[in-house]
Parts: sequence; structure tokens; C-alpha cells
Amino acid sequence: MILCLLILIPVVFGLFSFSLADNNNGAKLSALIGSVITFALSGYVCMGSGELTFSQPWIPSLGTQFTLYADGMSSMLCLLTGIVTMVVLIAQMNKTVENPGAFYGLFMLSQAGLMGVFLAHDALVFYIFWELALIPVYFLCSKWGGEKRIQATFKFFIYTFVGSLMMLAALIYLSMQTPGVSSYAWNDIVAAGASLSPDKQIGLFWLIFIAFAVKMPIFPFHTWQPDTYEQSPTPVTIILSALMVKMGLYALLRWLIPVLPAGVAYWSNTVVILSVAGIIYASLIAIVQTDMKRLVAYSSIAHMGLMCAVAFSNNSIGMHGIMVQMFNHGINITGLWLIISMVENRWGTRDMTQLGGMASTAPRMAIMMVIIALANIALPLTNGFVGEFMLFNGLINSTSAMHITFMVVAGLGIILGAIYTLNMVQQTAYGNATTMAVAKDLTMNEYLGLAIIICLILVLGVYPKPLLDMTSMVSGMLVK
Amino acid sequence: MMFAGITSSSKKGVLTLACLLFTVLFGINIWSLLNSSPDAPQLYFNNMMRVEHYSLWFNTLMTGCTLMYVLLIGKEMGKVGTHVGEYFALIFFIITGVYILSSYNNLLMLFLGIEIMSIPQYILAGSDKKNLKSSEASLKYFLLGAFTTCILLMGITLLYGATRSFNIMEMVSTLHSDSLSPLAVSGIIFIMLALGFKVSAVPMHTWTPDVYDGTPTPFTAYMATVVKAGAFFAFLRLFQVSFNNLSDHWMLVLSIITAATLFVGNITAVFQQSVKRMLAYSSIAQAGFMLFAILAVNAIAWQGMIIYSVAYSLATIGIFAVLVKMKDFTFDGFNGLAKKEPLLAFTTTIFLFSLAGIPLTGGFMAKYYVLLAVVQQGQLMWLVIFALLMAAVSVYYYFRVIIAMYFKPGNPEIISPVTAADKFLLLLNCAILILLGVLPQLFLYKV
Repeated sequence: MILCLLILIPVVFGLFSFSLADNNNGAKLSALIGSVITFALSGYVCMGSGELTFSQPWIPSLGTQFTLYADGMSSMLCLLTGIVTMVVLIAQMNKTVENPGAFYGLFMLSQAGLMGVFLAHDALVFYIFWELALIPVYFLCSKWGGEKRIQATFKFFIYTFVGSLMMLAALIYLSMQTPGVSSYAWNDIVAAGASLSPDKQIGLFWLIFIAFAVKMPIFPFHTWQPDTYEQSPTPVTIILSALMVKMGLYALLRWLIPVLPAGVAYWSNTVVILSVAGIIYASLIAIVQTDMKRLVAYSSIAHMGLMCAVAFSNNSIGMHGIMVQMFNHGINITGLWLIISMVENRWGTRDMTQLGGMASTAPRMAIMMVIIALANIALPLTNGFVGEFMLFNGLINSTSAMHITFMVVAGLGIILGAIYTLNMVQQTAYGNATTMAVAKDLTMNEYLGLAIIICLILVLGVYPKPLLDMTSMVSGMLVK
Repeated sequence: MMFAGITSSSKKGVLTLACLLFTVLFGINIWSLLNSSPDAPQLYFNNMMRVEHYSLWFNTLMTGCTLMYVLLIGKEMGKVGTHVGEYFALIFFIITGVYILSSYNNLLMLFLGIEIMSIPQYILAGSDKKNLKSSEASLKYFLLGAFTTCILLMGITLLYGATRSFNIMEMVSTLHSDSLSPLAVSGIIFIMLALGFKVSAVPMHTWTPDVYDGTPTPFTAYMATVVKAGAFFAFLRLFQVSFNNLSDHWMLVLSIITAATLFVGNITAVFQQSVKRMLAYSSIAQAGFMLFAILAVNAIAWQGMIIYSVAYSLATIGIFAVLVKMKDFTFDGFNGLAKKEPLLAFTTTIFLFSLAGIPLTGGFMAKYYVLLAVVQQGQLMWLVIFALLMAAVSVYYYFRVIIAMYFKPGNPEIISPVTAADKFLLLLNCAILILLGVLPQLFLYKV
């Protein structure tokens, strides 16, 4: 039942925000209260030992049940969703938007959709939430985004929709192969997938993988991403990059790797090559960006590429690393986006060539930015280090014949990552304060939001055990 | 109803009477549905009609759609011409045709049903007598329709020659897949082409855009929905009952027709500038999906067809109900509707979501059921993937309307007032669509 509440509470508070229409403070407050409650609940789910299940018959003739299920991975991602949504809303407290009721309502609905994706344990329910998470985000981007928002988000929508439809075809096909009556339950889908001949698995692999690859995004399916991130309003960019890309990775681990073992084995080198190529490609592009948002967007492609590469190395430390890194990446990138939006709000531009001198005019903000940036390049004692260390460990121990090459090339990505991230810090925080001459340091609520992020970065960097414990069971099961 | 035009001169009186009669009809349908049992079909008129449980379901749901149509769009008919009573009478004839088509047991009844359904449409298409486009639509539709009727009759004749029977149940015993006479094959193909014309399958679709565009909008709404669904149900019934063992002979042709329908409908819809014309092409595209139910030849196909008919009809009627209120039918005419009439924009969004097949709307379940039917049949996976790609294309043109309504500034002109009753009905329509998307089994009880 508590799993249902994780989805229902955002919906209820979201609808309440909708009903408040033009009342900016009311809508904001309603969303904030909803997100705090959801966060508390997701925390409770994570604290509880063992797995939770909720099941209710839905359309028996189709073999689908409304099943929600939380193991370590699901509850961790729910917790991430809870934290990120709450932090964003806290940092957003001193802002005003047009049509606040609709904005915060849709914001909460997207949270509900995400929770549903992370919890669904029935293929059809999963598919439905997968689509539903997209709709509010589509409206948020198109309504409140930048100048070219309509084209950018339209492209994004069509890309992801094509992917999901392919996945639907594959899921229907798999449900037909289940033993006995057709069923969408996760266990049955896994059994059905394993029973298929390798040839069929090899074909089905792409039908499913494209949906996830678009979401993550993996090179060459990434072209929607920088434009969409750039054009979206920052709270929505955070939803997209901290949470929605995790949908892709999560789905990969839940609905592809266990389901089509032979297909995954056959294509793993191809996918790793694409991912690793994507790391280098995205990093190189990030280096020449002057727009902070685009820079972080490309850096996100690089990070996701590494996680995806490791997901296909069939290695338990690597899998464990992905779980940890999913959480950490979500936290770090939220921090980066928040800083960027604060910069943009204060000084009216995201162009790094025009910025500089933040350290002298807004020192607290600069310090926060440096810490988050260091976590983003995985410096020891930050949370990013733990995850990335495990990821590389996984990659080098991969069963693939080319694992050394993969390792070296992906390692280059880390160095490039340091270059562009530090470059960004240097250009904005140091140098002469021209545009940034007017000093406006953090407000209370922004301070609080960033403080939560910084605490998590440092605590999980020094003592990652809770996160590791939570996910150790699941990562073991994913490896043959 | 026919005489209502003579006795009552007020348009309002006629409309009220029509609503009342449709409500009664709806009630009778529900009553007969409740009294029927799924295992015992009832035979009427010397076995000419065979009323099965699913036929009753279809009749009931289609009457429900018609009722929704009359309530939502009925009052706009007065603007087309003065003979409102006649218009409603013609619609009653059409629904009679649909009833016959849902339960015919004899090819002659199929022919009668098609004609009873079509002839009133020819008149309705030309009802705006002073408008050249309307007359053109009527003439075009009539000439092509009459020609197709000949093909249908030809097919029936050939089939009779091969089987010595008009009865679709008895035909099965004389038609064997391995020893099928050329006479029977050509008969089947002829009937397929004729019915394909009625459901506007490519390449028999060329009349659709012009006729839908030229016909006065209130009547297009009906032609594109319930009428089409009726023709589809007849199509399905014949191919499911009589020709299901012969699928080797017609499967390939029909799957090519399906692929072509999906392709032409979706791709051409992308380039339209008028929402009304876009809906005409989208109805061709949707027909492509409904053809899936016929291709599938299995039990789920019935459920798929019923769900699809309802979801498609309700959504399209809803959009047309909004469309008749607009002055400008182009996409730009919808600019800024969300600001001016938030409720109209919201309901239109739900209808468009349903047509595009977004989950939790009836359209998703409809697409899902027909795809499921075809995947289960097992031979046409390529067509499924192709159809899904085309469904993604359809998102493009459906969302153009949403983008215009929500994200573009503008001040659309609304020519007829949006009353509270309209709002209520549109919301009710949305609610039914969402119910259909969440609990489709409610609409398929014991099918």
C-alpha cells in the first residue's frame, strides 16, 4: 500500500496545485508539502528491510496485474526522485512562474510518473507509466521553456515515442511467449525471454534497447538531448537529466538485461563501443561549449555512456557501481543545474565568456559550485569517486575481449571531464567580475537546497555503505 | 421521425424529439443486451439475421456514440439547412443500416445494410445545397459509391456461383482452402475491394478527403465515425465467419492494403493545413489500424474492433464538436484556444491523445487490442512494427493541434457559444474515453 502512496501523493498534491491556478504561493506550497511527504515515504521504504510488493488484478483477460514492487534498486531510485523533487522545489521557493498552478501541478504529475516507472513490476503497467512520465514533462518544456522550446521538445517527444512504441511491440510479443496464459508479470516476461531462441532474442534486443537508448541517451540516439536541456526551464531540466535518464538505465537493468540474456550477450560489444565512443564524443563537444547548460548536457551524455557501457560488461562490481552512480549522478547534476539557474537568474546569462569573478562577489555560491564540480569529476572523498571507481573496476573485469581498450578510452573521458568541468569553474568563479559585479549571494532557500546536495556529496563520499548495502542484493542478481 | 419535419416547424422541437428517440433506442439496446446470453445467438427473418452477443454490444455502443453525437453536434445541423427533421430521419436510417451490418447472416442483408447506410450519406453530403463543394462531395461520393456497389454485387454473385448459398454460415462448409475455385477467390477479392472502399482503405480512399472536406462539418463527424465503424464491423464479420479458413488466399492482399493505408493516411495527414482535412486523412490512417482486426482472424479481433470503434468514434466526435464551433479550420485557427476556452482545449487534448494512442485513453487500449490480435496470429510482425512507426508519425500531426492551442499566441474566433451543457458533455466524453483506457473489460463484458 505504501508503494501506491508514493504514486498517489504526488498526484493528489499535483491536482491540488492545479486547482489553485493563479495562486503562486499556494501552488508552490502544495507541491512542496507533497514532495516532502513523498520524500519521507520513500525514505521509509528504503529504511525498511526486504522487498515490498503491491498487487491488484487489473485486466485479467490480458494477463496484466497492477503490480508494484520495490527492491533495493527501485527504492533507491524512489528516494532519489523524492530528494531531487524536494530540493528543486526548495530552491525554487523565491521564484515566480507564469500559470503557477499548471506548472507545479504538472511538475508533481511527472514525479508520480517517475515513481510509477521505478516501481512497476508488470510490463504493461511499466509501459503505461513510461509514457505517462513523458506527457507532463512535454507540456512543462513546451510551455515554460526557452525561445526554441517548441521544436526542441517536439523532437524529444517524437524520439522517445518511437522508442516506446517499439518497446511495446516487443513486450506484447514477449507476453505471448509466456508459459500458459499470456502474462505481463516480470517473472513471466523473464522466463519467456529466456525461453526464446538466440536468433529471436537478437532481433528483439533492438526493439527494446532503442527505447532505453533514446532516454539515456546513448550515442547516436542523443541528438534531442542538448537542445531539450537547453530550452527547458531549469526545474524541468533537472527532472529530465537527474531522473528521466535514470529511467532509461533502470529499465535497461530491469527490463532488458535479465530478459534477453542471449541478445544482450550478442550485442554487448556493439553497445559498449557506442557508449564509449559517446563518452569521447560528448566530452570533446563539452570542451568547446560556452553555454553552461549545453556543457552540462554533454557532460551528462558522457556520464550516462560510462554507466551504460558497464551495464553490458556482465560484472557484479560494475553493476553495483551503476546503482551507486545512478544515485550520485542524480545528486551531482541536480547541484550543477541549480547553480546554473542561480547564475542565470542573477546575471541574466549562461554564456561563460561573459561571466567571471563569482568568488569575489558571491563567495558562498562559488564554494558550493566548486564542491559540486569536484564531485562531478569524481575526486576522492566525494560521492562521484565511489561510483566511478566501481564502474571502472567493472569495466576492466568485463568478460569482453576488448576490455582493456574500453577501459583506456573511457578513462580518457574522465580526463576530458576534468578539463571541461574545471574550465567552467575557472571561467565563472574566478577572473574579473564584470557582468557579475553586482553581488547577490545565496538566499536562504537556495542555501538550504544546495546544502542538502553538498551534505549528500560529502557523506556518501566518505561513508557510502548505506547506499552500497541497499543495492548489493540486486546487483548480484543481474550477473550470470 | 420522418414526419417530424412536417408536424413540428421549430428546430428545437425536432432536436429534442431526436434526442429522446435516440435515448429510447439506447435504452432498448441495453435492455436487449442484458437479456441476451453469449452462447445463444438469436436468428430472425428466416435466418437472414443472426444476432450474436457481440453484435448487441456493438449496436449498443454505436447507439451510445450516436446519442453523444446528436447531443453534442445536433444543434449545429440547423445551420446547414432548414430540413432538420429530415437530417435526423436520415441518421436514423444510417443507424438502422449499422444494426443490419452488425448481425447479417446473409450476403443479401450485407448488401441491403450497406445501401441503407450509404444512401442517406449521399444526401447528407449534399445537404448544404448552395455550397458548390458540398454538391461536389455528394456527387463524387454517390458516383463512386454506386460503382462500388456494383463491385460488391458482382462479388456476391461470384461467391454464390461458387457456393450456391448466400448464407455466410453455410458458405463455410463449401469453401475449402486447398480446393478453392477461381470463382470464389475473385468473389472474395471483389467483396474485399468494395468493403475497402466503404472503410476508405488505400487505394480505394481517394474519395475520402474531398467528401469529408466538402460535406457540412456536422455530418462529416457522423460519416467519419459510426458509419465507418459499421462498415468495418460488416467487413470483420464476413471475413471472420466465412473466410477465416481461407486466410492464405486473401491475407497477403489485405496486409498490403493495410500497409498502404497506414502509409498514405499518416504521411499525407502530415502535410495538411486544415484540421478538418487532417482529420479526413487521420481517419484513413485509423482505418489502417482497424484493418488489423480483420487480418488477425482470431477471437481478440472482435474485442479489438469493438473497443477501437468506440474509442475512435468518441474521440473523433469530440474533436468535431469543437471544430464546428471554430470559425477557422486551419491549424493556425486553433492558436491560443487554451487561453480563451481552457476546457475546450483540455478536452480536445484528451481526444487527440486518444487518437494518437497515449496510455490511459481509450485509443491506447484500442490500438493495443488490435496489435495484440495480430501479434497473436503470429505471421505479420513486420506489419506491426511498420504500424507502430506510423503511429509515431501520427503523433506529429495530432500534436500540431495541441501545440497551436497551448503554446502559440492567438485569439481564435468561436462562432457558436459554448454552453454549460456542451462543457458537461465534452467532459463526459473524456471521462468515458479514460474509463475505456483504464478498464476496457467493462465494455467487453462476456464478448
